[in-house]
This record gives sequence, structure tokens and C-alpha cells, in this order.
Amino acid sequence: MEIVLVSLLNGLVYGMLLFMLASGLTLIFSMMGVLNFAHASIYMIGAYLAFTISQFTGFFPALIIAPILCGLIGAAIEVFGLRRVHSNGHIAELLFTFGLVFIIGRVVQMTWGMLPMAYRVPALLDFPLFTFYGQHFPAYRGFMLLVSAGMLLATWLLLKKTRVGLIIQASLTHPQMASALGHNVPMVFTLVFAGGCMLAGLAGVIGGNYQTTEPGMADGMGPIVFVVVVFGGLGSLMGCFIASILMGMIASFAVVINVSLLDLLKPLGVTLPGDNLFTEFMTVPVARIGALLPFILMILILLVRPRGLMGTRDT
Amino acid sequence: MRSLRLLCYSFAVLGLLFSGRPVLAEETIKLAYTDPFSGPFASGGDEFLKIFQFIIARKNAAGGALGRKFELIPFDDKLQPAEALIALKSMTDQNIPFVMHCTGSNVGAALIDAVSKHNARNPDNRILYLNCGALATELTNEQCDFWHFRFAGSVDMRAAARIKALPKDLKKVYLLNQDYLFGQSIQKDSKKWLAKLRPDIEIVGDELMPFGKVQDFAPYVAKIKASGAESVVTGNYNRDLNLLIKAANDAGLNVRFDTFLSHLIGGPTAIGAAGENRLTSIMEFNGNVPVDLKVPEAEKLANDWRTSGHETDFSTLNFVTMIDMLTDAINKAKSTDPLKVALAFEDMHGKDLLGQDVIMRKDDHQLLMPFYAGVFSKDVKYDSEHTGFGWKNYMTATTADLTLPTICKMKRPE
Repeated sequence: MEIVLVSLLNGLVYGMLLFMLASGLTLIFSMMGVLNFAHASIYMIGAYLAFTISQFTGFFPALIIAPILCGLIGAAIEVFGLRRVHSNGHIAELLFTFGLVFIIGRVVQMTWGMLPMAYRVPALLDFPLFTFYGQHFPAYRGFMLLVSAGMLLATWLLLKKTRVGLIIQASLTHPQMASALGHNVPMVFTLVFAGGCMLAGLAGVIGGNYQTTEPGMADGMGPIVFVVVVFGGLGSLMGCFIASILMGMIASFAVVINVSLLDLLKPLGVTLPGDNLFTEFMTVPVARIGALLPFILMILILLVRPRGLMGTRDT
Repeated sequence: MRSLRLLCYSFAVLGLLFSGRPVLAEETIKLAYTDPFSGPFASGGDEFLKIFQFIIARKNAAGGALGRKFELIPFDDKLQPAEALIALKSMTDQNIPFVMHCTGSNVGAALIDAVSKHNARNPDNRILYLNCGALATELTNEQCDFWHFRFAGSVDMRAAARIKALPKDLKKVYLLNQDYLFGQSIQKDSKKWLAKLRPDIEIVGDELMPFGKVQDFAPYVAKIKASGAESVVTGNYNRDLNLLIKAANDAGLNVRFDTFLSHLIGGPTAIGAAGENRLTSIMEFNGNVPVDLKVPEAEKLANDWRTSGHETDFSTLNFVTMIDMLTDAINKAKSTDPLKVALAFEDMHGKDLLGQDVIMRKDDHQLLMPFYAGVFSKDVKYDSEHTGFGWKNYMTATTADLTLPTICKMKRPE
């Protein structure tokens, strides 16, 4: 029982980190139709910038400054890059962001080197918040939950309750009409792209010291974030939220389940003769393939419900 | 017509310019070196390259071999066997007699096979494979080959040293390894040596985790906690190790981490205070070994590395041993011919820079060498990666301890 509760908590924290990263991507994806491959790279830049800035100013100013810088980088990418290739269609945009991944990765390696940075949790938040079945729950994780929840609320309010949000939503569904009504749709695109990058940067600031800040961190987070976005559905912040928490829970629970397919079939009297590829497949415990489960889920949802969990249009 | 003549002249000039080159090239002994210099494992290859440049500069300053200097020629294999084979082709085209390679047993296995075939087909253009870090035990057992010499302890030797270095009062261990060739090999050999050396220890968890895919280790920490383990014995390295120890520290999990590779570059920086007095590793060398053994020459080497602008530690003494033995073998053979050098290597007894015995065993071409077990501590003369913590050595597994049997049946050239 206790391991279930501990896993629930762990899954929630990881899910919220995923959500911070994925919400920016889903905004960009649903708005511009561009699956921004470089999103996790911006996350990485956020972590590195936060590390460098925090050496001069401490952690909390870095929490504000680094995401803003990431937003500016995002705006520059949109204005000088994406907008130019936009006229050549989605494939060109996709390839453009794909190329960015390598360039950003290389620039980060050249600037900060290939070794992990000593980016640590600030001393103010480096204590156990409470003890839960003999395991500490670090205050920093509580802080992560708080920041991501605050971000969810702020984004939701911005999109649903303000005039800016209204225009963004209009440009999302009816770009031509919004444009005809006199709104500067390209400007809205830039804003959304910059905003998405800002959220990724924020996730980087918070995730960089929760995990490690090193050149491999973008490759580590990239694929799982795409799964969240596709699974959650296009244009749905709520879908993205649910998918993030679900993926967090899967990552957390898969580890503690030591059951294989064969164990499930045993009560039915199924036994396997011999030792071949099939027995290997049937006896591998869930814990060993846990990292694959999100991808299996993505394939399933694409087959059954291509628009994703709460999507408003097909992928 | 005039332009044609001009073209002829320019070719003649070019020819004159280049005719000087082979004479120059004759003067150096070329050492090809292949490892990943791009992609996720580039940090390792990049670091090893710097170490080799450092060692070879030192060797050349001491006179090289046969009065000739060594020349290092790097190739990027991206940790892919196919890329390594393309690099090998390029090396043999340039008549390079030696290839060094340090990362990835899958690449190592491909190189052994390709080098063996190449040498059988081209007896006048052979190449010798000097392995400095592809560790899978199979490479000097089932897959052993005459043209392959390994200058790094196999997984089997490391596992023997690892289990020997576990504290006497330890009762329960948790095995956690990466789910690929190297991790599985560590898992198998750890269990073998636990049964042999420490039957009193109970294995309360035995797990393979996806290699480089796990982003959040808190669930593993919860599982380790629930198992009641006192120590996690793990071959994990890089991110898979750093994140694990970070998560364990956050959760207040009070266990030891008896690792195989936490001293690799970046590990001490990423782990920091979280590893104090509970993180141990099995090393070829660290800055504090020469202090304990009182060998000023080796201490100076490690210090020279630290003070020449490197942010990392000098931990690969076996690279020095490899270049030293290569020099000795070339001098003994009075030639850089791979066959003559290979024969000179066989059964070569030497002393490494710390004065310890090292033997290149003729049966399987595995270097028999010692290992040092250290714990991450503040109480050291030299810290690691400027973290304030360094490796305090508490046990040595000697060359005699690690002379393990081999099942190699080598096919020798006539």
C-alpha cells in the first residue's frame, strides 16, 4: 500500500514537470501546426542559462530571467527562421526545427562543454518537506508542483479569460477570419511561439537541478514530450495536462510492477514450452520495458483515436 | 594550348611538393584512435582523446620508440560498429599499423572480427587492435583473437574486484544495471562473484533498467527502499547513475552505492555531496593512489594533468601502461610491423607507473592488472573535479588476485 502512495506522489511530480514542457509544445503545435522538434532543446538552454545566471544572482532571479531569455530566443527563431520557411509548407518547417536540434545541441556543447554542470537545488529549498513512510519528500519537489500548478492556472486564465487569449483562440481556429478582422496573425504566431519557448525555459530552470544539466538532457526529454502532446490531443491544454499526469504515473508505477504477461496468464493454466523468442517476450517483467509503455500507448491512440484524448481535430 | 602547359607545370610543382611527404611520414609511428566524438557519448571520447594527446606528448618528449615520434590520428565512430569499420578501412588504406579503441563492446566485437579478416587477406598491410576499454569479458574469451590486445580489465576482473571490496558487515544488496550487453554482463558476473566470494550476502533485488531512457528515478528509489537493501551494486554510469544517486539523496534513502564506474568523467560533479562516504567505485587509478603508495612520479603525472587546464581527473593509468608497453614492444621487435609487435607483446611482464606488476597474458591477450577501490570522501589530498570530494582508497585488488581463468582458444598465424 505504502509503495502505491509513494509512487502516486512521484508520478504526480514527474507528470507536472512533463506538463510544463509539453504545454508550450502543444500550444505551438495546435496553433501553427508545427511539431517543434527543438522544444526540448529550448528546455536544455533554459537549464544552462539558469545555471549560469544563478551563479551571479542566485536561483530566484534566474527563475525569472532565464525563461524570458528563452522566450526571446523563441521569438527570434520564429521571426527569422520559421516565418521564412512557413510558405514552403509544414515539411519545411519540420525539417527546420529538426536541424535546430543539432545546431542548439552543438552550440550548448561548445559554450558549456560536454560535462554535467554543478547546478544544484537552492539551499533555501534543500530540506525534506515531510516524511512519508520513511521516505523524505524534498521541499524542492513541492516547489516544482507549486510552480507548475501556478503555470497551469496562469496559462488557462490567459487563454480563456483575457482578450489576448480570445484572439489567440480565434487565430488558432480561424486564422483567415482573424486576419480579416484586422488582427496581426503573424504577430500572434510569434507571441505564441515565444510563449511556448518561455514555458520550456521555465521547465528547464526547474528541471535542470531536479535532474542533471548536461548536453544529453534534450535527447532524454524530447521523445516523451511528443508522446504527451500527441496523446493529449491537438489544441487542448486539458488533454495535455491529463496525458502528462498519466505518463508520469506510468513511468512511476511501471517500475514497481514486477509482473510479466505470463504471470497474468498463469491462473488460466497457460504454460510455455521451451525457450525461444516468444517465451522471452512473455516473461519480460513490466519494469524492464516500462520506458516503452508511453510509446505503445501513443501508437494505440493513433490507431483508435487519431485526434488524441481531447483533441479538437485530427493529427 | 598555353593553359594546358600551365596545367602541366602546376601538376609538376604539386608533385614536387608532395614527393617530400612520404619521407616525413616515415618518421612518425602512426596510431589511429577511434571512439565517439559526436552524439550522446561524445563527452567520453573527447576526454579520452585529450588524455591520449597528453600521454603521447609526454612519451614523445621522452624520445618515442626506435627514435621515432608517435602521431595520433583520431577517427569518429559515433559508437556504431558500421562507422568503426569505415574508419578501419580508411586506416588500412593509409597503412596505419595500430588502431586504439576504448568505448563500446559492440564496436569492439566488430573491430576484432574485421581486423582478423583484414590481416588474413592482406599479410603485407596488417593492423593491430589495441583495446583500451571495450570491457565485455567475451572479447578475450569466446571471441578472442590473435590481433586483439586488451589493456583494460574485463568485466569479470572488475566484478571480482567489486565484490571483494564490499564491506564485511554487508548483508543485503540490490543489483541494478542497464539493460544492454555491458549491463547484463555486469549483472551476470556480479552474481557469479557474490556466490563465490560472499555467500553470506542476500540479493534482495535484481533488476535491469532501460539504458538511458529513465528520466525520473524516484520510483526505483521507492523500490530499493521497500526491498530493505543496505547497498546498491550497480554498473550504471553517466546520467543513469547520477540521476539515481540524486533521487536517492532527495528521498533520504540511506544506502551505500557500490558502483563500477562512478569515477568516470562528470560523475563526481553531477553527484557531489550526495555521495559522501557512501559512494564507492572500482578504479584503474586516481590521484590519491600514488600518495598512498608513495610514488612521486605518478603523483606528478596526475598533477601535470590537473594543472594543464583540464577540469577532469586523470583516472586511466592503463592508457599510460598501454603506450609504455607498445613502446617497449616496438623497441623489442625493432620494427612497427604488427606481427612482430604482437609477438613481442605476448607474455610481456612489466611494471606500471605505480610500480605494480602487469602482465600481457599470451593465452588470451588480456592485460592482467590491479584495481583500486575508493570511497567518495572529504578526507583526501586530491579532490575530484574540484568538488571538494575525492576518492579515498580502501582496498587494492592486486594483479595476482585478478588473474582469472580464460577459455580462449586462439588461432595463431603461421
